[in-house]
Amino acid sequence: MLLSGCDMALMDPKGAVGLEQRSLILTATGLMLIVVIPVFIMTVWFAWRYRAANKQATYAPKWAHSNKIELVVWTVPCIIILVLGYITWQTSHSLDPHKPLTSDKPALQIDVVAMDWKWLFIYPEQGIATVNEIAIPVDVPVHFRVTSSTVMNSFFIPRLGSQVYAMAGMNNDLHLIANEAGTYKGIAANYSGHGFSGMKFATHAVSDTDFAAWVDKVKQAPMGLDSAQYAELMKPSQNVPVTYFSSAKPGLYEEIIQTFMGEMPMHEHKAMPATMADGEAMEGMHDHAMHADTSGTGE
Amino acid sequence: MLGKLTLEAIPYHEPIIMITLAAVGLIGLGLVGALTYFGKWRWLWTEWLTSVDHKRIGIMYIIVAMVMLLRGFADAIMMRLQLALASGGSDGFLPPHHYDQIFTAHGVIMIFFMAMPFMVGLMNIIVPLQIGARDVAFPFLNNLSFWLFVVGVALINISLGVGEFAQTGWLAYPPLSGHQYSPGVGVDYWIWSLQISGLGTLLSGVNFFVTIMKMRAPGMKLMKMPVFTWTALCSNILIIIAFPILTVTIALLTLDRYLGTHFFTNDLGGNQMMYVNLIWAWGHPEVYILILPAFGIFSEVVATFCKKKLFGYTSLVWATAVITILSFIVWLHHFFTMGAGANVNAFFGIATMIISIPTGVKIFNWLFTMYRGRIEFSTPILWTIGFLFTFTLGGMTGVLMSVPAADFVLHNSLFLIAHFHNTIIGGVVFGYLAGFNYWFPKAMGFKLNEKLGKAAFWFWITGFFFAFVPLYLLGFMGMTRRVSQNIDPEYHNLLLVAVFGAGLIFIGILCQLLQLAVSIKDRAKNRDLTGDPWGGRTLEWATSSPPPFYNFATTPQVKELDAFWEMKEDKSAYVQPKSYQEIHMPKNTSAGIFIGLFSLIMGFALIWYIWWMAIAGFVGVIATWIVHSFKDDVDYYVPVDVITQTENAHFAQLKQAGVQHVG
Repeated sequence: MLLSGCDMALMDPKGAVGLEQRSLILTATGLMLIVVIPVFIMTVWFAWRYRAANKQATYAPKWAHSNKIELVVWTVPCIIILVLGYITWQTSHSLDPHKPLTSDKPALQIDVVAMDWKWLFIYPEQGIATVNEIAIPVDVPVHFRVTSSTVMNSFFIPRLGSQVYAMAGMNNDLHLIANEAGTYKGIAANYSGHGFSGMKFATHAVSDTDFAAWVDKVKQAPMGLDSAQYAELMKPSQNVPVTYFSSAKPGLYEEIIQTFMGEMPMHEHKAMPATMADGEAMEGMHDHAMHADTSGTGE
Repeated sequence: MLGKLTLEAIPYHEPIIMITLAAVGLIGLGLVGALTYFGKWRWLWTEWLTSVDHKRIGIMYIIVAMVMLLRGFADAIMMRLQLALASGGSDGFLPPHHYDQIFTAHGVIMIFFMAMPFMVGLMNIIVPLQIGARDVAFPFLNNLSFWLFVVGVALINISLGVGEFAQTGWLAYPPLSGHQYSPGVGVDYWIWSLQISGLGTLLSGVNFFVTIMKMRAPGMKLMKMPVFTWTALCSNILIIIAFPILTVTIALLTLDRYLGTHFFTNDLGGNQMMYVNLIWAWGHPEVYILILPAFGIFSEVVATFCKKKLFGYTSLVWATAVITILSFIVWLHHFFTMGAGANVNAFFGIATMIISIPTGVKIFNWLFTMYRGRIEFSTPILWTIGFLFTFTLGGMTGVLMSVPAADFVLHNSLFLIAHFHNTIIGGVVFGYLAGFNYWFPKAMGFKLNEKLGKAAFWFWITGFFFAFVPLYLLGFMGMTRRVSQNIDPEYHNLLLVAVFGAGLIFIGILCQLLQLAVSIKDRAKNRDLTGDPWGGRTLEWATSSPPPFYNFATTPQVKELDAFWEMKEDKSAYVQPKSYQEIHMPKNTSAGIFIGLFSLIMGFALIWYIWWMAIAGFVGVIATWIVHSFKDDVDYYVPVDVITQTENAHFAQLKQAGVQHVG
């Protein structure tokens, strides 16, 4: 009854990747049940049959070894793991999040930045950016490039399939596709601090025409995403409403990654020993230095 | 003068914390009052706090573990309530600042300050007895380990009332745990409580490894060791190899936070992925450190209560050894989603699922021990049978997540939470509670109340399924861990079921406490005069309950596996020797408690940047150590007449209890 009441995203996926993952989960579970069900049955059966009160049952206090049983209990799990291992090898490659999906349509690229505490999405081909909302055309593979401007996070749209970590200074690729129109929840799946719970975004899987209309709508937005706007976004904020940017500074995604690769600015060098000496007083300055650094590199 | 410490550090505006502190304060005052009123301070100091007796140390470990179980469980209840409220449209009562500390503290407490000490406590009480030894190899070190562990406990509890605890998750992934994103003292509390108690654990590991390797009774070859001792040995090997990794990892994070180095920061070449790898290179073996001794306990319990030899001893030992080795090459399965290539992920996935083979073999060994046995359904075997269900289920979901492509959607979800609680509660906790009920009469000299013990079991296991099956489903629904505010209402009903389950577990814990209270009250009625209340098979049952401080008046000679069972078979178990020889024993020492005290001062000072005090604490540790190492008067000989008296009393008791073949 409870089961019918819940709408299980992973068991009702809306894209090819998620579908394969569902069948993988079901196959693997089925394989394991070959051992698990007999264990459950034997536990109940043996416990009942060999209860102390049942004097009819055979009692063999010294019996402690049987080659036949040993053979079975080592071999059967080995065979199952052999099969499961093969499936694991296959699917680790076929469902590798880094691997582009095969499709006759070119992939749509979306650059994803995990921030404190919102998701920034940049559409480099369309030249737009959004916060906490994306739209993707149905049946078109999507190539997400994922990074973080802050702590580690994980980018996850359960109905579509795989998640990958978002880490500062690094790019992680994720290829997904939606095969059915609808709005799917997107979440942050790796705890990232106080505003973590509010890092939700909507994924609208729509027709090609609706996608074009959505892009147009975003392009009507009053502001574009330039370095100043990005510096504004870098300020921690919670439960951020959907925001559209009519344009996005070209190469911003690479710049965000590059931020963490740069040389240390001189003022931070000096700040370090002071941090040790008087942590309380330095906290503000240290944070300040960090933010200045980030926006500075962005310009 | 006081570093970062000001009156502001006391969270007097948080009613939940202040009420808790008031309650803790009252209980503390009550204890102090009772000790003073009954004049028990000297007794507490000489008999317990400074004791080097492994049995006493073991009991102290378990007492602290149980207190921390209550605290960790209180955290769990608060989290469950918050999630139920926050999914029902309200804000709940825990803002992120508080909730995030709670889930971090819950994980840290349950693993480091509940499960670990419970395990070390059981090992302390039983391992020397099982191998026929008089104490551990390094009795003073054992006492010191305990006090270092208590320092960790003290620090994490102080964080409740002075400052804050980490808001990072129990493994404190950087960069979130770095100074930039967590400038407060929370992570520093995390660092020093784990670093100091971790040192204690490492010393324990070395201690028990040496004890088991060098101090076994004559004739007890490795393949004649009881299974619990085997699992303890493997667990301690894991401790010796894995804990230094933890120490180094935390030390590097400490350097990042205190000296501004860049091991794990986002910038300047820091690498957060390195931290995640290192912490799991410790973290994965850690779960085997916890579960292996539980496997050992189940093995002892199942053989004893089925009145039958353990099935497949050799394959069980080999399975344990295989798990010990494999546990070091699977750490990457904790972060398949980090973006390693398909080959790497597949390798670690397959390595992980291979562990299920020896683990499965163990399950069958226990099942075939039940087969053709005569099963007496007392409390320990109930926990064992319950474990066979819960652990098999938990194992299955674990193998499922070891398939990388499946983990990509299950990772970090409530499915994962359900899985590891499934193995840690359904495996580790069930195992330790089985061991607690099984060995309690040995340690204390009287049996626990069976009725309440069974009630506790039934509430725990029913509560367990109500609390965690919903989490599996929520994982499938796409709910991730560590969210606490504005939760999707579609999760509400299942979260309510989980609250109900937690409530049942709470009743289970109450039954457990009641069991303890009632059993202590009825102790005269439930006395174990024989030293062997269950018809045991291994050497710990060969001596009285509780054992004399020297454990065995004469060192037992081992011929077979199940040494004590064999002795009973050939009627040599209860033959009193004609005469005794004096016994060489270690003297109690207060060095451990003082080193602990100075470590606590040092840890607290480091957390609050009170440098002079940190130096004072450190000097205190070293000075105490030096003073202690120059002390010559560390041992003594137990006179023969004391032994004779004790043993005569024991044999009189055996006769009084009507034990066969006493003489």
